[in-house]
Amino acid sequence: MKRARLLLALTLAATLVTAGCGNDGPSIVVYNAQHEELLVDLAADFTEQTGIDVQLRNGKDLEMSAQLVAEGDASPADVFLTENSPAMAQVERAGLLEQLAPELTADIPAQYRPTTGAWTGFVARSTVLVYNTDLVDPSELPASILELADPEWAGRISFSPTGADFQAIVAAVLDLEGEEATRAWLAGIKANGTVYDGNNVVLQSVNSGQSEVGIIYHYYWYRDQAESGDVSDNSELYFFGDQDPGAFVSVSGAGILASSEHKTDAEKFIAYLTSQDGQQVLADSYALEYPLNPAVQLAPPVRPLSELAPPDVNVSDLDGSTVVDLMTEVGFL
Amino acid sequence: MTSAPGPTSTTAGTPRAVVRSSAPLPLLAVGVVVAALTLLPLIYVVVTSASYGTTEARDFLFRDRIGELLWNTSRLLLGGVALSAVFGVGAAWLVERTDLHWRGAWHGLMCAPLAVPAFVNGYGWVSTTQAVQGYAGAVLVVSLSYYPLVYLPTVAALRRLDPGLEEVSSSLGRSGVQTFAFVVLPAISPAVLGGSLLVGLHLLAEYGALQLLNYPTLTTAILQQYGTSFTGSAATLLALVLVGFCLLLLGLELLLRGRRRRSSVGSGATRRSTPLRLGRRRPLAFAALLGLVVLALGVPILSLTRWLLRGTSATFDYATLASAASTTLGLALVAGVVACLAALPVAWLSVRHRSLATTLVERSTYTASAMPGIVIGLALVTITIRAFPALYQTLPVLVAGYVILFLPRAIVSVRSTLELAPPALEDVAKSLGCSSTEAARRVTLPLIAPGLGAAVALVSLAVSTELTATLLLSPIGTTTLSVEFWSKASSVAYGAAAPYALALIVLSIPATVLLSRVSLGGGARR
Repeated sequence: MKRARLLLALTLAATLVTAGCGNDGPSIVVYNAQHEELLVDLAADFTEQTGIDVQLRNGKDLEMSAQLVAEGDASPADVFLTENSPAMAQVERAGLLEQLAPELTADIPAQYRPTTGAWTGFVARSTVLVYNTDLVDPSELPASILELADPEWAGRISFSPTGADFQAIVAAVLDLEGEEATRAWLAGIKANGTVYDGNNVVLQSVNSGQSEVGIIYHYYWYRDQAESGDVSDNSELYFFGDQDPGAFVSVSGAGILASSEHKTDAEKFIAYLTSQDGQQVLADSYALEYPLNPAVQLAPPVRPLSELAPPDVNVSDLDGSTVVDLMTEVGFL
Repeated sequence: MTSAPGPTSTTAGTPRAVVRSSAPLPLLAVGVVVAALTLLPLIYVVVTSASYGTTEARDFLFRDRIGELLWNTSRLLLGGVALSAVFGVGAAWLVERTDLHWRGAWHGLMCAPLAVPAFVNGYGWVSTTQAVQGYAGAVLVVSLSYYPLVYLPTVAALRRLDPGLEEVSSSLGRSGVQTFAFVVLPAISPAVLGGSLLVGLHLLAEYGALQLLNYPTLTTAILQQYGTSFTGSAATLLALVLVGFCLLLLGLELLLRGRRRRSSVGSGATRRSTPLRLGRRRPLAFAALLGLVVLALGVPILSLTRWLLRGTSATFDYATLASAASTTLGLALVAGVVACLAALPVAWLSVRHRSLATTLVERSTYTASAMPGIVIGLALVTITIRAFPALYQTLPVLVAGYVILFLPRAIVSVRSTLELAPPALEDVAKSLGCSSTEAARRVTLPLIAPGLGAAVALVSLAVSTELTATLLLSPIGTTTLSVEFWSKASSVAYGAAAPYALALIVLSIPATVLLSRVSLGGGARR
């Protein structure tokens, strides 16, 4: 009996050890901070087309960027994919990214690429205000996200400040409105709002009427609608538009590590990721994020990217470290 | 050698200090190596924090936000440990000491919440009612998840307790309640304390459930720092504060535990005591236990079932589920066995060769467990990629990470059974010609086997729900159940997440059953 158990344990251990090996063909390692389901179909399709195997290591933006910085030159990663741009900018500042050849990213409009050319956007998400349809009349909704700091919104808003998503939004406000206005805005929404951990929790709280409006990204609402409507049926989305900071579109980045030993294969991956084929796979996935290649559109009911009227923000200008300082000062962190 | 004269020297017995020989050098060396391994993350944390200037660090730490986090962490510790102790001791007493029907079934049900990971419980509660967000809800939910850690050792202690003591107490005119308060409670206090220490350590490191319950503590703040900030030094400063909390708990437990010896030779007296007649109070006791079961098991399982039925993303693929399940099982077993092997010398030193040095060795293994997995993960990333690049993101380092994180769970289990194994038996074996190693192997090891099993089970349960260290350290392509669960749940794919949570519960059942059996088997009792 004991022997049998020991044997079972050893077999399991052996399976584990061997699971990582095998597969002699070309292969790249992708550190993926994007939602996993966005990449799974895409990676499979890429492997089918090119014969290059894709190994995914999944995580979150700044945890993965911290890991890449800790790994330095010894990193096993070939490609890094983020949800928002500040984490990519951190890896770029650490000097760990390879310049991308211009023809690799030609399909992506220039506003979604940093001026340095060290990485490229490949999908994007729009900031939105989700509101509870029983508690809020659409006519009450503010014209600008900055108004949420006004006293009339006291006790009515919710958001998730502790994560890469909200940090990107604050970085956009900082870029557009300056440090003083951003500090005042952060202090205002802190006084007015309830803090949750996670955009999905914000959505849930608005849907259940605990708060009237919440700041999230668009796809959380659309996904729940597609899933069951459990946490979104009592709510609607409001797009600020009109170049308001609240209409900020956050770019998910893709870059190649300078330490990569499979740069040609990694370049093929980036080329595929931004190509019409790759972007169509992304558009058809459950992720519901906006493809950035203009040849590909998300299916309705998601509001098209072309109708969003986002503010003009250069992705290379988004300054994560000042945002962290401001958020620490206000007491979010 | 002090030898226990008879059964009356059981738990409540002789408050004599144990004087043992000093530790053999090889054993001490092994213990020190294990302790040094577990101290690596602390060294990393101190070094990283040092990159912060003194004034900067002071400005960061002396703020309203940190005050709020300290207050939240302290009152969660107090409330959570107290409520877990009330649930655990109350349930143990009802099951073990009253004439309640179906005791065996109740015992199983009381242990069962161990199989439901705290974050799954949190999800169950939050998706049922938002009212659990905040302090009261957090205390309730974590206590419902962790009270079995108090319940198990308490049931075991109650069962071993010599009923003669209680009979003497009532023959001298004390009421049932008085006897419980003055005789039973002091006697089972080491078990209750040990369990409470475990609950406290779990609460210090708890992240998932508290995040879902929207209750910020130092640990959730550390995770948020890593999720928002570019430098880890703010997060490691917070981790140092957490280590401070851990040291406080350790000192407190050591102080309250005292230096009694608790082993006894012979088990003739551990007969079943006359159960207390509940009489008309029986429905009340029944309702109390049923209520606990409904809250701790009914709510999460009902809500899991609801996700499975409602979510459209519930069309999961069995291949991923099966591979995640087998990986989780394999990792949990391997890490459990390694942690148990590492715990044995440390526990042995601290029980059989108690001295300042060995106590230090034992206590130093606890610091890492108070820090969240991501800190241990990043520490090992930093160390292995520089010192042992060939081992980077391989199984041995991942297992080392798990052992560092969860060693105290193994040590507590091994120690509590080792304390009950009378050293006199080894002395007898030695007098009959056994070497000390042989005596330990042939006499004591069989006696503490249940504790070793419990150690493997407890560590395995913890490993199967671990997330952040797994993400950083695992060989590429490794998917575990909790990694898949969080990946789906954070994308609002509740339907897709549910099967993974369910699989985690199913996988945890054998470990839970083992733990419930071990507690009834009663350590040194044969």
